[in-house]
Amino acid sequence: MVRKPTLPALLLGLIPFVGMCFTVPLWDRIYPLVGGFPFNIFWLMLWILLTPLCLWGAYLFEKRAVSHHPGGHQDGAR
Amino acid sequence: MSPSAIALLIILAIVGLGTFIGFRAGASRRMDLEQWTVANRGFGVVLVWLLMAGEVYTTFSFLGASGWAYSRGGPTLYILAYLILGYVVSFYILPQLWETARAQGLQTQSDFFEKRYGSKVLAALVAAVGVVFIVPYLQLQLKGMGIIVEVASFGEIHRKAAMMIGGALVAGFVFASGIRAVAMVSVLKDVLLLAAALVIGIFIPYHWFGGFGPMFRAIIRAHPAHLTMPGPTHTMGHAWFISTVLLTSLGVYMWPHNFGASFTAKSADTLRRNAVVMPLYSLLLPLIFFAGFAALLVVPGLKDGDLSLLTVVQKTFPPWFLGVVGGAGALTAMVPSAILILTASTLFAKNFFRPIFAPSMSDDGVAKLAKVASVVLMAVALLFALSGARTIVALLLLGYAGVTQFFPGVVLGLYWSRASTSGVFCGLILGIATVTFLTLSGRDPIMGLNAGFVALVLNFVVAISVSLMTGTERMGPEESGHI
Repeated sequence: MVRKPTLPALLLGLIPFVGMCFTVPLWDRIYPLVGGFPFNIFWLMLWILLTPLCLWGAYLFEKRAVSHHPGGHQDGAR
Repeated sequence: MSPSAIALLIILAIVGLGTFIGFRAGASRRMDLEQWTVANRGFGVVLVWLLMAGEVYTTFSFLGASGWAYSRGGPTLYILAYLILGYVVSFYILPQLWETARAQGLQTQSDFFEKRYGSKVLAALVAAVGVVFIVPYLQLQLKGMGIIVEVASFGEIHRKAAMMIGGALVAGFVFASGIRAVAMVSVLKDVLLLAAALVIGIFIPYHWFGGFGPMFRAIIRAHPAHLTMPGPTHTMGHAWFISTVLLTSLGVYMWPHNFGASFTAKSADTLRRNAVVMPLYSLLLPLIFFAGFAALLVVPGLKDGDLSLLTVVQKTFPPWFLGVVGGAGALTAMVPSAILILTASTLFAKNFFRPIFAPSMSDDGVAKLAKVASVVLMAVALLFALSGARTIVALLLLGYAGVTQFFPGVVLGLYWSRASTSGVFCGLILGIATVTFLTLSGRDPIMGLNAGFVALVLNFVVAISVSLMTGTERMGPEESGHI
């Protein structure tokens, strides 16, 4: 088995899923227009910028975990 | 010169340049199977990024997304959500896959299944399913190719002839060069397409409406329900959105070619950093949607929405610019087609034909067979493209419904030691059978949900429960107490 992603990294990855996928009934609306854009389009464009931030955070956690487990392996299967 | 001659000449020049770069990239290196398919695992962040970006800016997003923005409205937004979330998913599986691939010398997706589950039959099944569902993906690229030449020639060259010319070019391109060529041509394609998207997406709304805000207000006035879900469709509401985004974002790297592209990376860290920055690459995608929205008011009543982007470009810009857009579009069809064919033909020869029919075949023999298979595959896709009438996005969704069925086998295989061969096998068979049945009988979406997603859930449930019943076969005695 390979090393599993760390829990904080996984949680950070869950944020874009909540923002862009599961909450669609909340943001799929035209008003309020933001900068002339319908709200749903504005919302998704916002997440193009927010997602790399979440993943960058996840990257930092993963990097720490990799350096703690040289070779990328964790002992034992679940 | 007539407008169509100008547009076509420029398209031809761009395609010619792309083909030239491709042939040159392949000419200087000896092509064994490893070089042809994974370029000896020597690609850094930039080249891997370019290969994978092939997924963002293809005919699918260029003509298909604008086509859906035109004909389906709000539901098109799933494309933006799934591409970004696909990179999120990749962050948690590709580095681990890469480690496994390097340790065990894997070249293809099917290799992974063979090593992890120790079953040649399962591996051959994965290869066969991968090849089958690549066909609609290839078909949509060829349809795009046909549309581009048809619109750019102002209807003088018929779409079917255009598809055949495009198909022949792609086949020749792949035959000569392999994956390195594909990465090189990607550079040209992306520069052209990004420039085209910027100009089209900004200029068209300003030219016809005086800006983004006025354009959206005009659309809201004329079609109040178009911009939210389900838009003009009756079936694509929020449940459809959630199920489709989950299916497709989990599926982005289940495509055999994307799965394989990750093996070309230099390190697992390359793939992680890639996943962090890749979402930014979708920044220009909304501009392509806007062109489709604008077309709704500028060129209403098109029978095939996939024509909308090029038709509105033709109506707005001089012929030479239509030529540039058409040329960029043609490359966005050729590059992914080349990747798809390369992957599918390798899968067919190495993971399906050899293990099942000719176990003694040499690696050179496999490489030769793969080249022959690439031509045959192109012909099959062309045949479907010439006769099919689905929209570009519908074709891609069909492919996703199929390839995402690999996800349980991959993710359980990586992270769950109890995942068993029979569990993954049963899940995959049930998943594919469900997709085939629901799609062929016209039941997609079913109860508001994407049919491929329903199949994926069944697939997971069966894979896990059968594994729990049979899953001790691959475990050491010291682990048998844990779940």
